[in-house]
Amino acid sequence: MDANDVMVDVRDLVVHFGAITAVDHVDLAIEPATIYGLLGPNGAGKTTLIRVLATLLRPESGSVRVAGIDVLAEPTRARAHLGLAGQFAAVDAYQTGRENVRMVGRLYGLSAAEARRRTDTVLEQINLIEAADRRVGTYSGGMRRRLDLAASLVGRPDVMFLDEPSTGVDPRARQELWEIVQQLVDGGTTVLLTTQYLEEADRLASRIGVIDQGRIISEGTPDELKDRLGTAVLEIGVEPDDRERAIALLDAMSDGGAVWDAERARIRIPAHEGWRTTAIATRTLDDAGIEPTDVAVHRPTLDDVFLELTGQLTETAPAEPAAEQPRRRGIKARR
Amino acid sequence: MTTTTAPPNASERVIRERITLRDVVIDTAVIARRNLVRVVRLPQLLLFATVQPVMFLVLFNFVFGGAISESLPTVDADHYIVFLLPGLMVQIATFGAGQTALGLIEDLNNGVVDRFRSLPMARSAVLAGRTLADLVRNAAVLSLMLGIAFLLGFRWQTSLWLFLAGFGLGLLFSYALSWIMASIGLSVRNPEAAQTAVMLPMFPFVFASAVFIPTHTMPGWLQAFANNQPITIVANAMRGLMVGEELLPAGQTVGGQVLAALAWILGIIIVFAPLAVRRYRRVVL
Repeated sequence: MDANDVMVDVRDLVVHFGAITAVDHVDLAIEPATIYGLLGPNGAGKTTLIRVLATLLRPESGSVRVAGIDVLAEPTRARAHLGLAGQFAAVDAYQTGRENVRMVGRLYGLSAAEARRRTDTVLEQINLIEAADRRVGTYSGGMRRRLDLAASLVGRPDVMFLDEPSTGVDPRARQELWEIVQQLVDGGTTVLLTTQYLEEADRLASRIGVIDQGRIISEGTPDELKDRLGTAVLEIGVEPDDRERAIALLDAMSDGGAVWDAERARIRIPAHEGWRTTAIATRTLDDAGIEPTDVAVHRPTLDDVFLELTGQLTETAPAEPAAEQPRRRGIKARR
Repeated sequence: MTTTTAPPNASERVIRERITLRDVVIDTAVIARRNLVRVVRLPQLLLFATVQPVMFLVLFNFVFGGAISESLPTVDADHYIVFLLPGLMVQIATFGAGQTALGLIEDLNNGVVDRFRSLPMARSAVLAGRTLADLVRNAAVLSLMLGIAFLLGFRWQTSLWLFLAGFGLGLLFSYALSWIMASIGLSVRNPEAAQTAVMLPMFPFVFASAVFIPTHTMPGWLQAFANNQPITIVANAMRGLMVGEELLPAGQTVGGQVLAALAWILGIIIVFAPLAVRRYRRVVL
């Protein structure tokens, strides 16, 4: 890939903490004015990766370029082009919103007058102008997060790093944050955000990297990730008396693909042919005199992708059977 | 001859890709200002900074003044304040320095230092601004103590200039202590542990000293410590400058004490400033 076409270019990045490998040979390329979502569970290495990109941590090996600048060689130059909003809103409770943002503006190198002007613009942009002269101690959690974002925006960074921006924020405030992030990208900023929320990555990001134990284990557009799981799944509910018979019929019809999901009380078969599979299945059942109580085609969600790839939560939520995946969960139908 | 005009949006776009000396000064001032705002706006800090020194001054003067001056022929009851003030200034400056550690720890733990480190600002400004703010706060606190002491009957006995030199010496000492405290704070990081790590070592130094009373009534082994530790030396140097040589233990000169005090101050800064900077780099990198 041409380095000029990407705003964030990470190659073969490795970070150790003692014996633990926090980031394990990660490659990452983010195109300008897009949102890249880094999705992973706690301790996957998301924050460590962000800290390296934001010049807070020196990696063992690898190269990192942000806005075309070698972050490891010229950290100060790189800092002029990046903004960081960490997991905690790093704003001072005893200063007003305006004072907080203006201070960061000064530290970005703005003159006093320009910092004041930019502060007004940014506070307007994130809809905090009315609360601007109140002390941050009186702000809600969501307002603090927005202010934290504003503080970074005051320096007009080319690249914003948002580390779990909506963790611990209520749904309405989350919605507002998402809108602000979307506006940023529309305005030409490149955003890398980490999240544990699949919905967030799905909704905002144009590309998603799934990270687990320091490694990017899958990467692509949200649709690509879903496609990688294979086909949609047909779920059929029947009366308990019909269950054994229905499972046998559907298993035969789908070449042994039927699975009984006890938790949801549904029979599942891969819907290789989409709605045609549904038509065939319902006709098969109808011919046998079985009346389904429920029929639904289930598209794989990012949750499914996440669970499939990281293998988490397998105890509680059986993932979709996926043709390409070696691991298969769910209880095989008894004959 | 006119130069070519800058690109139209040059002022629009911030590029501070190199840190100049001017940036260092500006950033240090911005950080110092922020830290001072914190002191003024947080009631617990403001009370600590104002009420505590005044309380110590009034309590020690009236509770211990009579008893102490009775046993010390060189100090008469109405003038214990003259003996007490310079010593108490050192004590308060020492306690105040603990705030350097606690403030730094707070910034480290709530992500503020991360934010600073991700900005194109002077690296040194976080510590420089912190210690500068503490110096300004100490100057205000010591001035307040001075004002109260004047009401209680304190008068300088030397000259205004020597008196101011004594005041300055106290401030310099507080500045040096800030670097010790910064090193401790950056090593400990846990706020509760830091409270102990910062306050505990202060007590033997403050009380086994000539802050409240001359040391000659202490047991010999304790005298050996009390006479040679920095708090006593700085307190005596300030007494000599503000009041005169008659308050010093026999055989000591004002000049000698001032030189010894300056040596301590310099020594502390030379050792602990680089240590704090190194700790800071390690903590944040």
